[in-house]
Amino acid sequence: MKTTSVMIVGVGGQGSLLASRLLGTLLTDEGYDVKVSEVHGMSQRGGSVVTYVRFGDRVYSPIVTEGECDYIISFEKLEAARYAACLKKGGKIIVNTQEIDPMPVIIGAAEYPRNVLDDMKAAGYDVDDFDALAPALEAGSAKAVNIVLMGHFAACMDIPKEHWVSALEKVVKPKFLEMNMKAFNLGYGM
Amino acid sequence: MKKLLIGNEAVAWGLYNGGLGLVSSYPGTPSTEITEFLALHDDIHAEWAPNEKVAMEVAFGASLAGMRSVCAMKHVGLNVAADPLFTLSYTGVTGGMVVCVADDPAMHSSQNEQDSRHYAIAAKVPMLEPSDSAEAYAFAKSAFALSEQYDTPVLLRMCTRIAHSQCVVDIGEREKTPLKPYFKQPEKYIMMPGYAKKRHPVVEQRTKALKALAEDCDYNRVEWADNRDFGIITSGCSYLYVKEIFGDSVPVLKIGMPNPLPDQLIRDFAAGVKKLYVIEELDPVLENHIRALGLEVTGKGLFSAIGEFSQKTIRDAFISEGIRLDNVPEAQGEAPAVPGRPPMMCAGCPHRGMYYTLVKHHITVLGDIGCYTLGAVPPLNALDSTLCMGASVSGIHGFNAARGAETEGKTVAVIGDSTFMHSGMTGLVNISYNATNSTVIILDNSITGMTGHQQNPTTGYNIKGDPAAKVNLEALCKALGINRVRVVDPYDLKACEEAVLEELAVPEPSVIISRRPCVLLKYVKAKPALAIVPDICRGCRKCMKLGCPAISFRDGKARIDATLCVGCGVCGQLCAFGAIGGKQA
Repeated sequence: MKTTSVMIVGVGGQGSLLASRLLGTLLTDEGYDVKVSEVHGMSQRGGSVVTYVRFGDRVYSPIVTEGECDYIISFEKLEAARYAACLKKGGKIIVNTQEIDPMPVIIGAAEYPRNVLDDMKAAGYDVDDFDALAPALEAGSAKAVNIVLMGHFAACMDIPKEHWVSALEKVVKPKFLEMNMKAFNLGYGM
Repeated sequence: MKKLLIGNEAVAWGLYNGGLGLVSSYPGTPSTEITEFLALHDDIHAEWAPNEKVAMEVAFGASLAGMRSVCAMKHVGLNVAADPLFTLSYTGVTGGMVVCVADDPAMHSSQNEQDSRHYAIAAKVPMLEPSDSAEAYAFAKSAFALSEQYDTPVLLRMCTRIAHSQCVVDIGEREKTPLKPYFKQPEKYIMMPGYAKKRHPVVEQRTKALKALAEDCDYNRVEWADNRDFGIITSGCSYLYVKEIFGDSVPVLKIGMPNPLPDQLIRDFAAGVKKLYVIEELDPVLENHIRALGLEVTGKGLFSAIGEFSQKTIRDAFISEGIRLDNVPEAQGEAPAVPGRPPMMCAGCPHRGMYYTLVKHHITVLGDIGCYTLGAVPPLNALDSTLCMGASVSGIHGFNAARGAETEGKTVAVIGDSTFMHSGMTGLVNISYNATNSTVIILDNSITGMTGHQQNPTTGYNIKGDPAAKVNLEALCKALGINRVRVVDPYDLKACEEAVLEELAVPEPSVIISRRPCVLLKYVKAKPALAIVPDICRGCRKCMKLGCPAISFRDGKARIDATLCVGCGVCGQLCAFGAIGGKQA
C-alpha cells in the first residue's frame, strides 16, 4: 500500500497533539507502519503548529513536504492556507472556519485574509469547511474542536467507525470521554 | 510490548531497560521528555538539576559509585557541561554513563544550530546517532554496555525531528544491574597532571579500539543495491529522507556511530560505487572525514549546512544533479500568501506588565533564555539582547562598566527564576563584587515555563511533584551581596513603575523580583474574562500596546476574546476612558 500523508495544523493550544495521538493510535491498531511528527516547545506559545501523520506498509520520513499530503485537517482558517502547498493534486482540506488573529493582525501590521477559503476553492482546492466550534460547544467545551474535526475526518476514511471509537477510548481521559464521544459523533455526521 | 513512542520516550525506555539507576538533567527543548519519562519510574533516582554542568557531574558521581547513570540536555546545554565531559573522557566510568544531547537543526526552540558531533570528536568519546524511535530505543539500551566495555562516557545524539517523531517500538524487559563495587582508584579518578598524563594515552588507545568496533558493529551498516551508479553515506533523519526517495534502489552506508568513524567500511563502500554522496544535516562532519581519507565525495556543495533537511530538499538536490526520479510529488497549487503566526506570550502572562513598564520608560533591557524572550517581538520590542543562559546578568555588568552613569540609570537585566538558578547567580555575585550600579529583574513565574513546566529549586517541588526545599530568592540575592531586593506583582502597573524607577535611581546594585505564577499552571485559577464596552472605547489602541493575544481590533474598537482572557486586568489599568472591566456580557 502506498503511504498516505495527513497534516493536522492549527494554533498552539488548540489540541492538535491529542488529535495526532488519536490518529496515531488508531492507525497502529489497524496494523499500519506509522510515523507521527510534531514540534514541542516554543511553537506551543500561540504560534502556528503542524503535526504530520503518515501510514502505509513501510513509512520512512516522518514529515510531509510540498505536494505530498492527502489530507490537511486545519483547526483554523488562515492556517489551512498557510500549509496548502503541501496538498497533493486531488488532496482534500478539512477546515474549521474559526478565525484566530495572529499577532501581526492584532497589532495592525497585516490584514486577516477573510476570503482565503473562497480563493482556494476558486483555485481548484477541494476545501471542506465548516464551523467546528458550535458542535464543540454543544458537546460541552470549546476545547473539543479537535475531536469534532477528527470525527469529520473519520467519515472520509475507509476505517470502521467503531475502530475510531475504541482508539478514542484509549487516548482520552475517562472523565472527558462522554464529551469527546459526543463531539466525535457530531463531527462525523456533518 | 509494542507502542507508538516519540524518540525521547523511546530513549527513556531504552535507558531504563538498559539498567539505568540515576538520571539528572536540566530541561531543554528538544531533550526534556527523556528525563520526564524516566521520572515516571519509582525504582530509579530522577531529578532536575539547576544546570547541565551540575547534572553531568551528578551522573559522574553515580557512575563513580558504580551505578548506570544518565544526563540529558539540549545542544547548548552541552556547552555548559563541556567542562566535566572533556575530563570524564580521561577518567572513564565505573557504572556505565550516557550523555543524551539533542540538537535543534532549524532552531525550532533554540538560539543557534550548533552540531554536537564536534564535541564527540573533541572530547574523544563515542557517539551514537539513531534515525528513529526504534533505533533510539536500541541504541540507548546498548549504550551502557558500550560505556562499561570501553570505559568511557557515551554520547547519544538526538535531533528535534527524531526526538519528537513517533514510530512503533518493541519495548523489552528491564535489565537488572547491581551496583558495581566501589574502591579508591586515584590514578583513574584524580585528574591532576601526574595522573592525567597517564590517562591521555589510555584515551588514545580506547579510540583505536572503538575505531575497530566501528568497522563491524550494529550501529553502522551497508545496504547494497544492484545499481552502483552512485552511493550515499548518511546518518540520523537524513537516512529516512534518502530511503523515502530511493527506497532500496540505491546503495547506502548508514552511520549510526558518527564518532569514531569506520575508515575501512567507508573506503570499501566508496570503492563499490561510481560516485559518492554524503548527506548530513548541519556541519560537514562525515564529509570532512571522508575527504581526509582521500576520497572524492559530494556533500555540502549540494546539501546545505543550514537548517533541517526533508525528502524535498534532498529530492530537489538530486534533480539539480540531473538524476531522474520517479514519483515526484505534484502540488494542487501554490499556497496563498498569509500573515505569519509567530509564538507569543500568552494572555495573562505575568511578564507582560513588567515589560510594558520597561518599554514605557525606554529602558535598555538585556534579556535571557525563556518564555520572556518573547518580549522581544512586536508590539513590545522590549529586549536589546539575548545570548545564552545567564548572559543578561553578567552582560549588564559589562554594559554598565563600559558606559557608566550614562546607562546605569536606564538599563536592566531580565532573567527567569529557573534561568537565574541555572547561571544567573554567579553573574549577580560579580555585580556586587565588582560594583556596577546594575539592576536585575528576576521574572519569577514559579516554574520553568518554555520547556513545558518543569519544577526548579525555587518552586518548592521536585521532579515528581513532591514538596522539596525551596530557595528563597530574596534571601539568596541578599546573601550574594545585593542590599536592595524588593518584590512586585507584575499585574500592578503602578507598583512596577515605582519599583523600576526607584531602583534605577539609587546609586547601588539592586534586584527586583517580579513575582506571579505562570497562568498556565494548574493551580492558577483564571478570573472571569474582561469586556470592553464598545460605547466607551474611543479606539485609541493604547491597550493594543500590550500585545495581548486576547485583545483584537475590529471596526474601530478594541475587543476582548472571552475564550482567551484570564482577567489579569493589566489592560484595564491602561484604559484612560474606563472602557475595560466587568464580566463579558
